[in-house]
Amino acid sequence: MRVPILKQRDYLIASIQSALSDEDLLQLRDDLVQQVGRYRSRGAIVDVTVLDVMDSFAVRTLRAIAHMIRLRGAETVIVGIQPEVAFAMVQLGLTLEDVATALDLEEGLAYLDQVKKAGAPHV
Amino acid sequence: MSSADEAAPGDAVGRSVITVAIRSAADIVAARQEGRALASRFGFDGSDLTVIATAISELARNILEYAKTGEIRLSPAQKGGRNGIMIVARDEGPGIHDVPRAMQDGYTTGRGLGLGLPGVRRLMDDFEIVSQIGKGTTVSVKKWVP
Repeated sequence: MRVPILKQRDYLIASIQSALSDEDLLQLRDDLVQQVGRYRSRGAIVDVTVLDVMDSFAVRTLRAIAHMIRLRGAETVIVGIQPEVAFAMVQLGLTLEDVATALDLEEGLAYLDQVKKAGAPHV
Repeated sequence: MSSADEAAPGDAVGRSVITVAIRSAADIVAARQEGRALASRFGFDGSDLTVIATAISELARNILEYAKTGEIRLSPAQKGGRNGIMIVARDEGPGIHDVPRAMQDGYTTGRGLGLGLPGVRRLMDDFEIVSQIGKGTTVSVKKWVP
């Protein structure tokens, strides 16, 4: 199922609605990277609240999304990682490394506002 | 494809042994959803369900990546009065040349992060792997209801 992407102010919000196949994740990556340019967005939020599993492919793809969007001049924040999912990720040895995360959508928006205020996104 | 091939003693609710053929990325999602549902029936809850589903996802992903096709078999497990779930990931792929090395963090020959097998071992309670070059690989893991 294709993930809907909403435009709010100069941010994009991708709100995942159900379990995603590998193809869905790659589609989300392509859609977000393209729309950041189309809407001249300064930031993107990927809401993973409904995901009950984040395996190595999901984590790798989210990291790729954040890195590609940064190369396009915008910031990404992943929001809504559930406690059980965080537990399993740590056990599995998966990290999001230098990708920003926030508790929920509200915190994610606050993070992007802060980054915007501080100036251009940096590496 | 799912099939029930036997019934566990004492299990009255639905199938207790499920085999999911792994041939495409969509089968990975199917396998972990079946696994989560079955584990819940076996008495697991909370983070254990996520841990089991994540382990199934990684095992199914290994099959797809290295062997192209294979299967995930989910069944009940018993040991010393404890109940649990057994997950067997079986393929007839190329096999693993150096199993001890494949069990080290950071080792990979595919496009993965090289965390698959050692990560799955950390997620589960029991872990066994049998691999024969040219014949395939079978990974059997168990988790016990706390």
